[in-house]
Amino acid sequence: MVNAAYVVVALPLLGFATNLVFGRRLKEPLAGWVGTMAAVGSFVAALITWVTMLGKPADQRVANLNIFTWVPVAGLHVNAGLWVDPLSLTMILFVTGVSSAIHLYSIGYMHRDPGFDRFFVYLNLFLFSMLVLVLADNFLFSFLGWEGVGFCSYGLIGFWFQRETAAVAAKKAFVTNRVGDVGFLIAMFLIFDHFGSLNYRNVLGTLVGGHPVGLMAGAPGAIPGSTATAITMLLFLGAVGKSAQIPLYIWLVDAMEGPTPISALIHAATMVTAGVYLMSRVAPLLHYAHATSWVIASVGTGSAFLAATIAATQDDIKKCLAYSTVSQLGYMFMAVGAGDYADGLFHMMTHAFFKALLFLAAGAVIHAMADNQDMKKMGGLARFMPLTTICFVAGWLAISGIVPFAGFWSKDAVLDSVWQMNKVLWAIGAFTAGLTAYYMSRQVALVFMGKARWSEARPEPVGAAVSGHGASVHSGGDHEVSEPGLPAPSHAGTPHDAPWTMSLPLVLLAIASLLGGGINFSAFGHFDYLSRFLSPIFPYATAITLSSGTKWALSLVTLALCLGGLGLGLRTWRSAEHPALEPVFLRRAWFWDAVVSATVSGPLRAGADALAFVVDGRLVDGFVNGVAGTLALSGRVVRKLQTGYLRTYAIGIGAGLIAFLAYITFRVGS
Amino acid sequence: MNGPTSAAPHLVAAGCTINEVTGRITGLCTSKGSVHIAINYPALVPLLVLGGGALVVLFFSAVLPKRPYRGLWAGLTALAGTGTVADGLLQWQQLNGSSVTPVTIGDQLFYDHMGAFFVVLFGAATVLGAAISDGYLEREGLDGPEPYVLMLACSLGAVLMADAAGFVTLFLGLEILSISLYAMSAYHRWRAASGEAGLKYLILGSLASAIFIYGAALIYGATGSLQYLGVVSFLADNALFQNGILLGGMVLVIVGLGFKVAAVPFHFWSPDVYQGAPTPFVGYMAAVAKAAGFAALLRVLMLALPTLTSTWRPIIWVLATLSIVFGSVLALVQVDLKRMLAYSSISQAGYVLIGLQAGTAQGVQAVAFYVFTYTFMVIGTFAILGVLQGRGEARNDLSAVRGLATRSPWLAGAMLVLLLGQAGVPLTSGFLGKWVVIQAVLGQGQYELGLIGMLGAAVAAFFYLRVALVMFLAPDGAGAAPSAALTLSSAGGPGAATVGGESTGGEGDGGPGWAAGRPGGYLGSDLHAIVTAGLNARDKALALRPPPHSRVRVPAATAAVIVLCVVFTVFAGVSTPVLSWAHAITLPWSV
Repeated sequence: MVNAAYVVVALPLLGFATNLVFGRRLKEPLAGWVGTMAAVGSFVAALITWVTMLGKPADQRVANLNIFTWVPVAGLHVNAGLWVDPLSLTMILFVTGVSSAIHLYSIGYMHRDPGFDRFFVYLNLFLFSMLVLVLADNFLFSFLGWEGVGFCSYGLIGFWFQRETAAVAAKKAFVTNRVGDVGFLIAMFLIFDHFGSLNYRNVLGTLVGGHPVGLMAGAPGAIPGSTATAITMLLFLGAVGKSAQIPLYIWLVDAMEGPTPISALIHAATMVTAGVYLMSRVAPLLHYAHATSWVIASVGTGSAFLAATIAATQDDIKKCLAYSTVSQLGYMFMAVGAGDYADGLFHMMTHAFFKALLFLAAGAVIHAMADNQDMKKMGGLARFMPLTTICFVAGWLAISGIVPFAGFWSKDAVLDSVWQMNKVLWAIGAFTAGLTAYYMSRQVALVFMGKARWSEARPEPVGAAVSGHGASVHSGGDHEVSEPGLPAPSHAGTPHDAPWTMSLPLVLLAIASLLGGGINFSAFGHFDYLSRFLSPIFPYATAITLSSGTKWALSLVTLALCLGGLGLGLRTWRSAEHPALEPVFLRRAWFWDAVVSATVSGPLRAGADALAFVVDGRLVDGFVNGVAGTLALSGRVVRKLQTGYLRTYAIGIGAGLIAFLAYITFRVGS
Repeated sequence: MNGPTSAAPHLVAAGCTINEVTGRITGLCTSKGSVHIAINYPALVPLLVLGGGALVVLFFSAVLPKRPYRGLWAGLTALAGTGTVADGLLQWQQLNGSSVTPVTIGDQLFYDHMGAFFVVLFGAATVLGAAISDGYLEREGLDGPEPYVLMLACSLGAVLMADAAGFVTLFLGLEILSISLYAMSAYHRWRAASGEAGLKYLILGSLASAIFIYGAALIYGATGSLQYLGVVSFLADNALFQNGILLGGMVLVIVGLGFKVAAVPFHFWSPDVYQGAPTPFVGYMAAVAKAAGFAALLRVLMLALPTLTSTWRPIIWVLATLSIVFGSVLALVQVDLKRMLAYSSISQAGYVLIGLQAGTAQGVQAVAFYVFTYTFMVIGTFAILGVLQGRGEARNDLSAVRGLATRSPWLAGAMLVLLLGQAGVPLTSGFLGKWVVIQAVLGQGQYELGLIGMLGAAVAAFFYLRVALVMFLAPDGAGAAPSAALTLSSAGGPGAATVGGESTGGEGDGGPGWAAGRPGGYLGSDLHAIVTAGLNARDKALALRPPPHSRVRVPAATAAVIVLCVVFTVFAGVSTPVLSWAHAITLPWSV
């Protein structure tokens, strides 16, 4: 039943097509259910594929399913094919699983939005693209999904495109991603140049000599370190763009302009995980590129720390979570850089659970607060939204790395491997863990505890939230009270929990956040199911050689830091104002966005203007128009021959005849 | 087809020799006391079916009341066409199966893969042409058996041209085809332009025929044979002391056939005739006359005169280049759609000439594929145009298609596919056609010609897409009152072509005009006017969907043809069966 993998891809595509064609007619709830069922069906199919694979011996868990030959050009043979192996199985399981929950949630969240069916069209296409990305059996087909994800994020971030900020944010996300895509593209050219193929089977198989499952057998061929470094650095550039790391993370925060389920989808299940997936996929290449590994680990660590410091000062509930995503993705890259791919993926999975949970719960909060996103104007919601609060708390404890929540296990595993790589990176990572606990506790304290500040805040027309971020592209403080399309909040009274379609996913994800660590207790004994499942495809993964004493010590230190951050956050943020703890340069995100904006709108803009108006407008257009004008002019001249008089026509024929005969006279005798 | 002859031993008599390769019999061969001419009857069946069909139509028209059943004549014609298609396929089958003598009936006809291919083409064109003529003639009040008889005769002539193995047979086919077409062009009795078109075609066509027959005579004079095989074997065996007469004859033949395929500079008749002749017949003519002309050119140049390849290739080079350049450039400045399509078909002929210019078997296959796919595109296009122009061919300018996407989305979609196909956009058969001809010529190192072809396609894309643009504009002109939308889109009578706010000039008045000077719409201001007009009217017109009665009514048979043509254009563009079929064509002896 490996063929169920076809269904995994096909169902979202089918749902997309159905909603595209019939969405208008299906009307509101039905279109959503079509989309949700497609996602759930895809999840079930993924489960079937997984169970089938589990039935095989560990070193034979691979299948290459061809759909059709896509590019049959001589020398370049690319299939649209699926590559089912432990890595892609892991990806599709949590992608479809988390997506299903988000689909279901969206039915409630997008209630009475005029673009309801359009939303599910994009949503299914988004899921489909992500599945193509992770299931493809070659770089090019993956790139198709990669671009598809980029396109869908554009459509969804700008879903409420009537709103200026949303349209701008969508553009920003798209353009920033393009910067990374260039890296991916050039990397593909290099790969094809060096390996003569784009198939994972051939490219990676060449490097590992057929040891890992399914890759082509043969002696391991070495690749020059410089080539491997170039390829992986370029791929990492793509990953940095997609996975929102320094310096390309800026789009992710603006992506909050999309509807909240989209934030959850982008941050948890799809899109940002693509970069981590890609780097894990090319793990055999990274083996030959030590420099890249160091760059990856450093960028990851830097992103983790930087984003955590910014998150600690944000007032916007979603922006806080957005920066926390950047930070958490940094952890995943730390693991990848350290050569511990399995734990990177482990953290990706647990993060998918709790980040989706946090976003969806935040969405419920925003819903209840009549679309106010400023945490300073919330507070005390625990009494009114008990279910949401419990779920959010589960997510909070998970991301803070508190035993026994999922985040603890995965973060611990990541930090173990980083310790083995470099102590400094570990120290930053451990400190960031504490910082994470701090800013998440700050969020919980501001939103759910303390005094209810929303009762006086609500009548205020435009949320005066001073979100310190993004001075130029969209300056802080322009959060609109109501998202266009959403009807005026019907719940004028006290905030309350969301309908079941929104609550059920919360509960499911909360359970996953609590128990998700169970898939890989890598720190203790033989419960590391995920690592063992994945190990055949990571032959060059760095083995963790720490003694269990060291592991215990590291865990305790991290845990202590996390608990400290937790306590500090909860204690400090009983009241809402602590200006000293929110320095402006952190609120403005280290001014990075401002720098980018200044560069882009300054010299870059001038250069682009020169290209657009002088080179393109005058030179290129001038040339094109000149050619067109010349053609039209010559047409007008030549048409004069077409007089309508037979004698002219006969002369024309005669002239042609004479010309050819004249030519013939030169050929006579030859 | 190089297999040994199947001629029975009993034929062999004194003074009788049989060419083992070609099956050609020379000398007096007697069998049972009579002169024996080897006849391969399957080769004759298409001619019999088409000729018999014409006679049957004539017979019924004599015995039945004047207007018996709607669609009877068209049905009979289509039946004969279907029979021809079926027979062409059977021929193909038989040719694949066993080795058959490639020349038959006393050297007069070829019986080979290429012939079978073109038989299928002409049969299909007959079916399509008859099906789209029915609704048109009904609308114009011209229903009757005559055009169908002419159409069948024309197809017969086309088959003869494609199968001819000698200049006499070729001329016979050429004349049967031409005379039928003259009459068909002039068939629209109450449209002066139609008569004018027929007359012009007749006079110029006669000139071309005269040139052709003179050329054939010169070749006979030089080689002593009117049969291709005779010519080629004479040239193979003898070195000509002076080949001027032969070369002159070759040029004259090329000119005569170049007229038929409307290659520049022998194209002058084509815009006027296309504009004047009844639209469905134009579609049929554009397909059949061109295909027959190219088949004949292929036979003459590749089979009779392969020894002169180095001489005729430059001539074809010039013809191809001129056709593409002039066809594309002149199509740019047309406002009348039929004239535009005339120039576009001239440019298309240029592409076929590119394939011919290669002078290789690959080129032959490319030509065959090109004309086969073009048949469907051009007939489909003219079918749609015939429906849109309204009674009396009132609207032939761009206003005929304006806002078609609103009035009839499916028709607009079909037109779009066909236009894209002719422009050579990938995923249509037009792209593959251009691809194979250019590939054939690049295979011969003729990069300049390939480049000209590609650039010409870029220019051509403009005028095809301009029509597509107008189709998707708002149905109303700028500044026109809302009611004008109704006038424009209702099936108005002749002269109702009032286009609000658009400076199309005097082009759209229907007649080609004997007088010189066609002022009016040129590229720049024309396009500009269209675009601004469309943009200005968009908001208003979007709210003003024309009422149901203004929707285009498409006769069922025409609709079927349009669907078939569109499906074929896409099918042959995205899949390979048609291409590999064309690639299976071989010529009777290697070139």
